[in-house]
Amino acid sequence: MINSSLKSLSTALQAKTISSVELTQEYLNRIHQFNPTINAYITLDEAKTLAQAQAADARIAAGSADALTGIPFAQKDIFCAKGWVTTCGSKMLANFVAPYDADVISQFDAAGAVNLGKTNMDEFAMGSSNETSFFGGVKNPWDFSRVPGGSSGGSAAAVAARLCAAATGTDTGGSIRQPASLCGFTGLKPTYGLVSRYGMIAFASSLDQAGPMAKSAEDCALMMNVMAGFDERDSTSVNHPKEDYSRDLKQSLKGLKIGLPREYFAEGLDTSVAKVIEAAIEQYKKLGAEIIDISLPNTSLSIPVYYVLAPAEASSNLSRYDGVRFGHRAAQYDDLMDMYMKSRAEGFGAEVKRRILIGTYVLSAGYYDAYYLKAQQIRRLIAQDFTDAFKKCDVIMGPAAPSTAFKIGEKTDDPVAMYLQDIYTISTNLAGLPGMSIPAGFVMSEDGKDLPAGLQIIGNYFDEARMLNVAHQYQQVTDWHMKMPVMPEGKQ
Amino acid sequence: MEWEVVIGLETHTQLQTKTKQFSSASTAFGAEPNTQACEVSTALPGVLPVLNAEAVKCAIKFGLAIDAEIPLRSVFSRKNYFYPDLPKGYQISQFELPVVGKGKVTIQVPAVGKNAAYEKVINITRAHLEEDAGKSVHDLKSVSALHSAGALQDMSGIDLNRAGTPLLEIVTEPDMRSAAEAVAYAKKLHELVQWIGICDGNMQEGSFRCDVNVSVRPKGTEKLGTRREIKNLNSFKFMQQAIEYETRWQIETLEDGGKIQQATVLFNPGTGETKAMRSKEEANDYRYFPDPDLLPLEVTEADKNAVRALMPELPEVMKARFESEYALSSYDASSLTSSRDLADFFIETVSAGSDAKQAANWVMGSISAKLNVEDKPISASPISPIQLSQLLRRISDNIISKNAAKQIFEAMWLDGGELDAIIEAKGLKQESDSGAIEAIIDEVLAANPAMVEEFKAGKEKAFNALVGQAMKASRGKANPAQVNEILKKKLAA
Repeated sequence: MINSSLKSLSTALQAKTISSVELTQEYLNRIHQFNPTINAYITLDEAKTLAQAQAADARIAAGSADALTGIPFAQKDIFCAKGWVTTCGSKMLANFVAPYDADVISQFDAAGAVNLGKTNMDEFAMGSSNETSFFGGVKNPWDFSRVPGGSSGGSAAAVAARLCAAATGTDTGGSIRQPASLCGFTGLKPTYGLVSRYGMIAFASSLDQAGPMAKSAEDCALMMNVMAGFDERDSTSVNHPKEDYSRDLKQSLKGLKIGLPREYFAEGLDTSVAKVIEAAIEQYKKLGAEIIDISLPNTSLSIPVYYVLAPAEASSNLSRYDGVRFGHRAAQYDDLMDMYMKSRAEGFGAEVKRRILIGTYVLSAGYYDAYYLKAQQIRRLIAQDFTDAFKKCDVIMGPAAPSTAFKIGEKTDDPVAMYLQDIYTISTNLAGLPGMSIPAGFVMSEDGKDLPAGLQIIGNYFDEARMLNVAHQYQQVTDWHMKMPVMPEGKQ
Repeated sequence: MEWEVVIGLETHTQLQTKTKQFSSASTAFGAEPNTQACEVSTALPGVLPVLNAEAVKCAIKFGLAIDAEIPLRSVFSRKNYFYPDLPKGYQISQFELPVVGKGKVTIQVPAVGKNAAYEKVINITRAHLEEDAGKSVHDLKSVSALHSAGALQDMSGIDLNRAGTPLLEIVTEPDMRSAAEAVAYAKKLHELVQWIGICDGNMQEGSFRCDVNVSVRPKGTEKLGTRREIKNLNSFKFMQQAIEYETRWQIETLEDGGKIQQATVLFNPGTGETKAMRSKEEANDYRYFPDPDLLPLEVTEADKNAVRALMPELPEVMKARFESEYALSSYDASSLTSSRDLADFFIETVSAGSDAKQAANWVMGSISAKLNVEDKPISASPISPIQLSQLLRRISDNIISKNAAKQIFEAMWLDGGELDAIIEAKGLKQESDSGAIEAIIDEVLAANPAMVEEFKAGKEKAFNALVGQAMKASRGKANPAQVNEILKKKLAA
């Protein structure tokens, strides 16, 4: 069961060969066994989870089940879920019980899905290894000495270790796709504005986007059918008609034009990862695709631009964590200013503080034009690069991350090396484009472990259905996405 | 040296919308603390702002009323600073691109001493939409529910009911040259925002708050002096006092060889003085940047036309109409259009059938006098426009005399009651039966032969004396015009 597609789980549930309670219990058992080691979940609430499973069984019995009814999902702890502790990976919110549901949570609830628990993440989604979480790092199921990527590291490990049927994530600069590459599963960051940000704790508002993290493109399509949709509570939500993201899965790829940006295959890309990507491209040629050489000339500017804009927005978004109304407040303080300073000094971790400082700096009088405004101008140039490229091709392909999973602690003292993890993913966030990472093969590590590597597919705005088709066709002729890590046995 | 004061105003008008600027929480005043603080008002993690379309309509209305530029595109920005009653740690406002651009307001500055009244155009720099902050409550005894809880002694409370309330901040050019001009502008603006129905104008509840920038310079020079901003002015009287004090203080400081430091000052109504609250050097760097949670606001020609269709007739237009349509003097028309309620009262009185000139006289005369004495607004008049109109019609229909009408007015003002019943009860109905009047006149003529002789000898005064006798004999009830007419006939016979 644990390696089944969402579609086959749905079929089994509706045929009543398994109940949602049984399925949910099976995942909870695996969580009990492996989570103490992997640390994928921050919060579990079995009573709530099983109550949802029972409700789902009743709905199935009543014959009113939807595609995802009764299926257990893991939710990134960035989504407010009513009655659940919602931490965003931070000490600041370690005691915060959300009094309302994020739109994503409401959509899964309405579909009758089961919430298995809230998954670990880099603090306020700031990180590429899950090591900035106040609740501790997450182990990569393929090699426990390595990171799962980030910021959606808990969801990533939960999907890879089959501690859930699938999970949600968010992606501000690569936080779905880089962990998908490092943990070997399929993750999609939709077009900006397609999934409501309401109730999703903000990191960088103009870049944040929620998306599915699952075994296959077909699973992602089913989840997108639930997650995507206009929400009047989010002013940046796009009033785009509802789509069936599964509709084009079976289309042939004959004549598909795939653009390969030469900047994505230059210095900085691990040669063994490059080989995996090249092999995947060969496979696409066999499927009838045509390969086109393209250029995204401003790629090298994407990281500096991102590290001006994202911290600028974050510095303001995180101002509400002041110890006044909710969240962490210092136990002892002399006056108001002291309360602010101590509460924030204690409540935020080092990476969050670093970004608040950068953001505050670039927005300050005298620096705004040189940093924030300039970065906005370059952001438009980066988007223009893609617009030009999509005149020549249907999708763009390349690596999702420059390397396979790195060792825990390897990059924690070198923020810039950590930031470079997102070199291939960040520009799509800046442009607002959809991007996904699919399992494309394995690279043997120096200590003899098979580590997954992902192929990135970037599509034009609102072209998710085609991207899922492109991914699905590849997954019909390869089985990388079906591979499961062999994990040391946890406690039984 | 002769000095000149230079004044500019920034006015925060609270818009009359049912819900907040960026959420669906209620904006009603006076509720228990934090009962109107939804998840957006309290800035819970994950919430997002959604612009209130009604507030935008209010801004467009104001722009149209002052004949301002209303650009196609305006942008909401975040003004970042920490304060306990600012839940997000930033205020959503408009910075570089406001919803309303340059416009004009014409003010009437009243005569003071030997200076005659005059008109002046005040240029509006901009008006922008923003959200209000909450309130810090340092005296929790003033908040009954919290005080009874007892546990909050010696603490400050935060009430977020007001947080997110829509405001339109209206900024002038430094165009005013006296406290009188500043107050005339503030009063005019106060009336205008109520006239177009975007603000209730309640200064005590903080719906209309003026910050006044004051600087002085040697008369005849161009360069502006260093300004100080006076805050916390919740009446026009205080505004006048504060500006006068501040002007004197700045002039004295400069004449004593001192320098003015840019600062925010508070007016103390107790002492009549202004005092620096904080100097601008300690001021925040607000780190404005466009709010990524909100798209730029677009106001198209069609949007403007839709709002234009909802606009009431503006006071200047109505004044001109009163002059031409009702032949009112410029002074009367101007007085009647000094407030929307007054104008509406007048219009309703006229449309209920009374003569416009009479209605104007009574509204500005008896009614305004009573209201002034009782310090009430026109909306609190115990006599409605319909009642006033009936009263005026009884005069023009010769049912009561003007004097009787005054008595009836007094009675109705004090005790209410139905007009015709009062006329009946007080026996104030005019005698218009020509037979009865003839009989009275015959008696008067018979009783006063000497006066009749005097009249016939050419003494006009005798006629008036006879009228007086006839009115007296009728105990004031005879219709004076009829008395005149019949008496003339009888004497000519």
